[in-house]
Amino acid sequence: MSRLMVDARSVRKSFGSNEVLKGITLSVEQGQVLVLLGPSGSGKSTFLRCINHLETINGGRIYVDGDLMGYRQAGDVLHEMKPSAIAAQRRHIGMVFQRFNLFPHLTALENVIEAPIGVNGESSAQAKKRGMALLERVGLGDKFDHYPSQLSGGQQQRVAIARALAMEPKLMLFDEPTSALDPELVGDVLDVMRDLAKEGMTMIVVTHEMGFAREVADTVVFMDKGVVVEAGSPAQVLDNPQHERTKAFINSVL
Amino acid sequence: MAASPAAQVNDDDVVAKPLRHPWRWVSGVLVIGILGLFVYSLWSSPSINHQIIAQYLFNPQILNGAVLTVVITIIAMLIATILAVVLAVMKLSPNPLLKLVASAFIGFFRGTPLLLQIVFWGYLGIIYPTLTIGIPFTSVVFVHGATSAIIPSLAAGIIALSLNEAAYSAEIVRAGILSVDGGQMEAAASLGMRGGYTLRRIILPQAMRVIIPPMGNEFISMLKNTALLEVVAVLELYTQSTMISAQNLAQVELLVVAGFWYLVMTTVLSIPQRQLEKKYGKGFNVTTARSRMFGFGKKQVSA
Repeated sequence: MSRLMVDARSVRKSFGSNEVLKGITLSVEQGQVLVLLGPSGSGKSTFLRCINHLETINGGRIYVDGDLMGYRQAGDVLHEMKPSAIAAQRRHIGMVFQRFNLFPHLTALENVIEAPIGVNGESSAQAKKRGMALLERVGLGDKFDHYPSQLSGGQQQRVAIARALAMEPKLMLFDEPTSALDPELVGDVLDVMRDLAKEGMTMIVVTHEMGFAREVADTVVFMDKGVVVEAGSPAQVLDNPQHERTKAFINSVL
Repeated sequence: MAASPAAQVNDDDVVAKPLRHPWRWVSGVLVIGILGLFVYSLWSSPSINHQIIAQYLFNPQILNGAVLTVVITIIAMLIATILAVVLAVMKLSPNPLLKLVASAFIGFFRGTPLLLQIVFWGYLGIIYPTLTIGIPFTSVVFVHGATSAIIPSLAAGIIALSLNEAAYSAEIVRAGILSVDGGQMEAAASLGMRGGYTLRRIILPQAMRVIIPPMGNEFISMLKNTALLEVVAVLELYTQSTMISAQNLAQVELLVVAGFWYLVMTTVLSIPQRQLEKKYGKGFNVTTARSRMFGFGKKQVSA
């Protein structure tokens, strides 16, 4: 039995009176890739952001590698964690954003090594060596001294992936990583993600790339209006959906 | 086609006589003429003695005053900038009390005349004849003595300028912080960076790009505002020049001398601003639309 990397139990989240997550329960085993599908406003991005506590939750529990995220449970009492403790939890969870969010005042390599040096206290020489290797791995070794504004969207997103990997995370969260890219740049980013999955990285990916979901995902989860409508293997959910809403969505995307 | 010599003119080549702009010449000559007459009238005025100007331009008293002006400006600006960052962060903090205190500070120091504040700090010794700095409700005392001895007029002047400037700079820093995209905070948080580290390494360096140009303005304002310290008898440039003119009665000449040095200093001090703008502008390209609209930025190399 493989260990659970993510274990989300009846997660609820509201923005004011608007409940965007109405009890999400799902889990990801170590080394597995879960793809979250759903129309915009279905809550999939919000759920992803709850996993590393970028959003607080109003109900339920999220465990990452056995650790309760954002809170400390003492008996029946739940305590909010200190920001430093939350920061420590996030170090093990990489996140890639739709809008890349690279640090524009730093070069590609500086983006990658900032957190390893500043957060983990790694030596500059060691961080640079690993940083260069990571940039090579995403195919951008020759762009190490470029600023984000000098890179294409696809290149920026690959630097963002390298930046997240530099913290040696045990879980990677991808929030629509290719949605802001020109169509011809999507492939390079998906290739990097595919390789990552092959190497055994545990990943949760919010995406509209059906081909990627079919090929790489171990589990596909379809969400709508804050609930999980359907979950299963890509073949089950994509090719033989049971629910009307799933069918309608997949037909609209294909 | 492209290599064809210029002599061969095709029908579709644009070979036109440039439009004449006679009014540009007329208006240019007119403006220069008026300006020249004005300068000449000043220069040839019998009430301005050029020898006195030349005599006092490098007078040691004047030069000492100029040096003190620069020193006061730099110290006050340093204190003000640090305070401004603290005030800006307080104003952006979720703590309502900190917010209130910062807003009140900014409101108070922006809402009263700088001259009034300088005189107030200069007269502090009248309000509090003795000053004790220690831990309240204990017998621990760090400093105790006459207020005028602990805070001489120079310190009073620097305090007044710093606090006033901090109030203005705080809003500039806050605008700079707000100009940084919210995604930067999230990216930093997702990498396990904490608040203070994110502010120092990610947010402020980006905010600097927005902060520096108006802060350069503030720096120049500060340099000129030091002249107000004359009212508390700080021996900076303006005070020195008025002290000399009180004796030789050459008021206008010494104003010209002081004005010359203020111009020199403001010009020289604008150089580091350009350097700083270059440093913090790294990674940010001037958008081509803006450079096209105003005609600056890198020249487009035509193919």
